[in-house]
Amino acid sequence: MKAERSILELQDVTKHFGGLNVIENLSFAVARGSRTAMIGPNGAGKTTLFNLVSGLLSADAGRILFDGHDISAVPSRQRVGYGIARSFQNVRLMPHLTALENVMVGQHSRCGGLFGILQPINLLPNSRWRAEARASLADAGLTAYENATVASLPYGVQKRVELVRAIMARPRLLLLDEPAAGLNSGESEALQQLLDRICANTAMTLFIIEHDMHFVGALCDHVVVLDFGRKIAEGTLAKIRDDPVVQRIYLGTAAASKERNHATRCA
Amino acid sequence: MSGYFEGVLVLLAVNIVFAYGAFLPLAAGQLNLGLAGFAAIGAYAAAYASNSWSVAPTLAIVLGGLVAGVVALAVAVPVLRTRGIYLALATFAVGQIVQATILNLEIVGGAAGYPVAAFIRVPTIAAFAAVIVVIVALLFATRFGIAVRALHDDEIAADLMGLHVRAIQVAAFTIGSIIVGMGGGLYAHYFSFIEAQNFNIALSITVVLYVLLGGTQSVLGPLVGAAVFTLLPELLRGSQSWRYVVFAAALIVLMALRPQGLVTRGQLRRLFKVNRQPEGIAA
Repeated sequence: MKAERSILELQDVTKHFGGLNVIENLSFAVARGSRTAMIGPNGAGKTTLFNLVSGLLSADAGRILFDGHDISAVPSRQRVGYGIARSFQNVRLMPHLTALENVMVGQHSRCGGLFGILQPINLLPNSRWRAEARASLADAGLTAYENATVASLPYGVQKRVELVRAIMARPRLLLLDEPAAGLNSGESEALQQLLDRICANTAMTLFIIEHDMHFVGALCDHVVVLDFGRKIAEGTLAKIRDDPVVQRIYLGTAAASKERNHATRCA
Repeated sequence: MSGYFEGVLVLLAVNIVFAYGAFLPLAAGQLNLGLAGFAAIGAYAAAYASNSWSVAPTLAIVLGGLVAGVVALAVAVPVLRTRGIYLALATFAVGQIVQATILNLEIVGGAAGYPVAAFIRVPTIAAFAAVIVVIVALLFATRFGIAVRALHDDEIAADLMGLHVRAIQVAAFTIGSIIVGMGGGLYAHYFSFIEAQNFNIALSITVVLYVLLGGTQSVLGPLVGAAVFTLLPELLRGSQSWRYVVFAAALIVLMALRPQGLVTRGQLRRLFKVNRQPEGIAA
């Protein structure tokens, strides 16, 4: 029943580094148009899973289906053509390029062969590519930074530029690895509103890794919990919150947090 | 125009051409220490074409560049699999192989050198250099130019955005070699005599230095680097035998003060006031 609706489906995916099993027989699906969050303790294999989906790593066993196609053997470079784009836990922009140029790199998969590659977009101020990239930067409130070299920009701005770059590929599935990490509460809220707006305007499916439960609660409609490479729970955030296993492993129990609060008060 | 002045001008033009040939792979993050080999291929192929087939010199020079490009393409596929210091060594080896091959190639004079009958004058050489500068500048304003600089910064992120990293690297290496080959052809047709010893590792290193010291971030870097480092030793000529000592000391000081090269993108933007926004504006 899921196969029809899901944009991404993992079937018994396994990955190990040497003797360490990072992902073990993992199966779950990300529904089309959903906003799914993946949570779990550090070392649970969340980023490894993103690397498998984006093609930086290949699975040792199992299949990864994107929109019904098995993409397990598709090279990483071609996956953006299928409609998968991602951001990185540590921002990976091109530090020597300007914000605008970085965003135009995001358009690469759509530029259409050799002719598109040889268009002097940096000399044509009104080219549609440039206009599109500038509009997207403006939409993210980044117009002031478009000609700044990325290395000189604050971290929060870099994270948003990276997001705009990924969106420029017009992905059907956007993978964001800890988008709110390192942002202050204002920036995090602005990011959430930006993502809300983008998802509302496109048919994009959002799949994020995030530790900030407030952010997850405000943005996502579905949560998958990973621990030691296995899925231990799945459902709405409300359901996950009440799951005793998830509480013990990751979220912490109400009792435990009461004890902690008590301890802090006494200290 | 005095002979001395003309000689310096030709050297300047040829060095600028070489510098742009070295710039393309360097901008993609690849050190090509075999470019003297590609200059030699271009020089000998152009000289052979004009000597033996009476091809017009300008056409012969373009032809020489293309021959260098074909060899570069054939070499790039295996050699560009290596990275960093290994790539530098592999390209160095290519340069040595070319030099040794020419030394043993009797059809172009072998170790005795190869006289070139046809002659080109300063305006032709200057025009060639100008056209090449314009072409490279145009190329770097395209998506290809952005892609080259992008994968210099982060190959993995570039790959995930759909950039064909290896194809772009091979293209940068090959186009660079075509340009270097044409530089060799220009040299051959002005100085009327070439020998394998002209195209040794010292040439490769000097040209790479022009680009690194001029700066690899912008297309103006190689131009400034080649100009400064061709003209500076000439200006120091007054100090006779000490001029290379002074020159080398100047290089070291420059590397210490401006490791990113003479010309950087940030500096150009400040100069032309493209970016007028105040720093640290509220997001």
